[in-house]
Amino acid sequence: MKYVGEYREASVVKVLGETIRKEATGEYSFMEVCGGHTSAIHRFGIPSLLPENVRLLSGPGCPVCVTSISYIDRLVGLSSEQDVIIACFGDLIRVPGSSSSLEKEKTRGADIRIVFSALDAVEIARNNKSKKIIFPGIGFETTAPGTAAAIISAYNSGIDNFFVLSAHKIMPPAIDSLIVNGTAVNGFICPGHVATITGADSFSFISDKYKLGCVISGFEPADIMLSVLMLVRQINSGRFRTEIQYSRAVTPQGNLKAKAILEEVFSLSDTEWRGLGLIKSSGLKIREKYASFDADSVFNSAPEITEVRENALCLCGEVLRGNKIPPDCRLFAKSCTPENPVGACMVSAEGACNAFFRYRRNG
Amino acid sequence: MLFSDTGEMDEFITLGHGSGGKLTGELIRNIFARRFDMNEPLTDSAVVENEGDETAFTTDSYVVDPPFFPGGNIGKLAVCGTVNDLAVSGAIPRYLSVSFILEEGFPVKKLIEVVESMAMEAKKAKVKIVTGDTKVVEKGKCDGIFITTSGTGVIRKGCKDIGTGRLVRPGDKLIINGAVGNHSIAVMGARKQLSFVSDVVSDCAALNHLIGKVLDISNAVHFMRDVTRGGLAAILNELSDMTGLGIFVDEENIPVDESVRGLCEMLGFDPLSLANEGKVLIVAGVEDAGQILDCLRADEPGKNASVIGEITENRVKEVILKTLSGGNRILDVFSGLQLPRIC
Repeated sequence: MKYVGEYREASVVKVLGETIRKEATGEYSFMEVCGGHTSAIHRFGIPSLLPENVRLLSGPGCPVCVTSISYIDRLVGLSSEQDVIIACFGDLIRVPGSSSSLEKEKTRGADIRIVFSALDAVEIARNNKSKKIIFPGIGFETTAPGTAAAIISAYNSGIDNFFVLSAHKIMPPAIDSLIVNGTAVNGFICPGHVATITGADSFSFISDKYKLGCVISGFEPADIMLSVLMLVRQINSGRFRTEIQYSRAVTPQGNLKAKAILEEVFSLSDTEWRGLGLIKSSGLKIREKYASFDADSVFNSAPEITEVRENALCLCGEVLRGNKIPPDCRLFAKSCTPENPVGACMVSAEGACNAFFRYRRNG
Repeated sequence: MLFSDTGEMDEFITLGHGSGGKLTGELIRNIFARRFDMNEPLTDSAVVENEGDETAFTTDSYVVDPPFFPGGNIGKLAVCGTVNDLAVSGAIPRYLSVSFILEEGFPVKKLIEVVESMAMEAKKAKVKIVTGDTKVVEKGKCDGIFITTSGTGVIRKGCKDIGTGRLVRPGDKLIINGAVGNHSIAVMGARKQLSFVSDVVSDCAALNHLIGKVLDISNAVHFMRDVTRGGLAAILNELSDMTGLGIFVDEENIPVDESVRGLCEMLGFDPLSLANEGKVLIVAGVEDAGQILDCLRADEPGKNASVIGEITENRVKEVILKTLSGGNRILDVFSGLQLPRIC
């Protein structure tokens, strides 16, 4: 596969592995923040190529995993309202809320459809005038511009039955919060796709303010291995800076057009991250101009949410902060499996527990 | 939680229960096999004894959406699928029955097209369709056309255990007759909801002649299974489960067409978990592996055959994949829903 195969070449990956082994003389813990990285790392068997003193920990970058239980409960509630169609990304339907999930509601008759983009949901709205289509806005700077574009498209074409329940989040404040609250990592493998939108500069606080390693990485095995090597070198030299490994996609400033669309539709708000708690100015709220598309305010008569319940033994929060690895959890691979996920990290293919379960089992 | 401690399922059936993955396995074990008093291993065909003769007996339902796709249609699938289930059990397929469930309003012209391709495939596979049934349901009560086929065949001499995994030994080689993933991608492309156009054609084909040739030249075939729903990943894990032996496969040797690999990359699918309708996994003693490979490659449906791995000495139920990039990882069964109604 051209433009991809080159970055998977076993001979290149092998040389990088050998170089890391040679240069990594201390102890290193790096956090891959993005769920896409978590998934790629395990899918390509990267841990088996690294020496034991170089550890990779998963961070809070799986959109489904950090979505709060109360948000899922809210969606479950909305799905049973009359004439409502929930049009959502596939990962979301299996995420367990306090007592149900969208998948369970679907088997009970709720109209829940899987879409591949927010614009597909607008299309459903256009073709089902008598229904109310709710699109759950999940994800970071990578998916949020798509939601914003869908809202603008609906606004411009006068569609009045399309709504977004936004749980969109932005990444830098979450990393900041992790560092401030104490996480034992020497460096971050930063999300290449998020940085494609936001620009590498939005992550420079990691190296400049906190003196930690920071490399914006691509998603293929050679990308990740090279990023690890770059981090090892930053740690060894004590010269911390924000380096772009993924230079074929990422610039210091990012995608200005996407940033403008985000700015047009969303403003920053404090928001709840599952496992991490409330993080200041880390959520994207729909601006007043587009309030008629904001499911949060339009559907204010949603049924009362009963008590939010999280399994007390679930270590998702600790896993998302990089303090524990999935096999540390007593539920992992026992009562919590991809078929019967207890915590959100087991649901999504990008979740650390799911990736561990599918590709490594006990480490 | 779908299964309680007693292994009973509660709540509702989800689409994941029909995906061929773990949930399907649990459904079969916990709901059906227990009550029907069926014994492990649960193979693709049952081998029943009848006055000294050993007969393979199998059945399968087809609900593919859409019923017409590049490389075939629901009728061709219904014949090939059942023929293959018999052939991989070491049988020479002989007779099929066919049942149609038709939705009110289904065009007769399309029905004829389906039936004609069934007749043609049956002729090619040298099986006879000898009995059948038809039901018509009100509009909206099924999706156009559903087909169930059952089949019987005569077990070849010495082949009765070939579907059970009992003959598999450490060191045995794993062979596949060609590229994986094409059927799922072809069906998905034929659906209007995903807007991509590809040249991928379903691999749907009856494999009984190919399998027959292999069994003619080798006595060292220890296991066979057609690689359908759940893909290669599901079959390998099932085999490891059945035998209690570890399996090692090298991704570099698993044939995947370039266009399938590209689409999988875009859509987030793993070609090793996608369904096929013309692929067979053969496990054979190392002494015959080369000969079997040559035999497969001499025939159209086996021309891209490849040795993909081996049964290891490791007595742990685990499938290890060496990835294209050289790292090792577990190859697990995809759980839940990857693609509904691909067969």
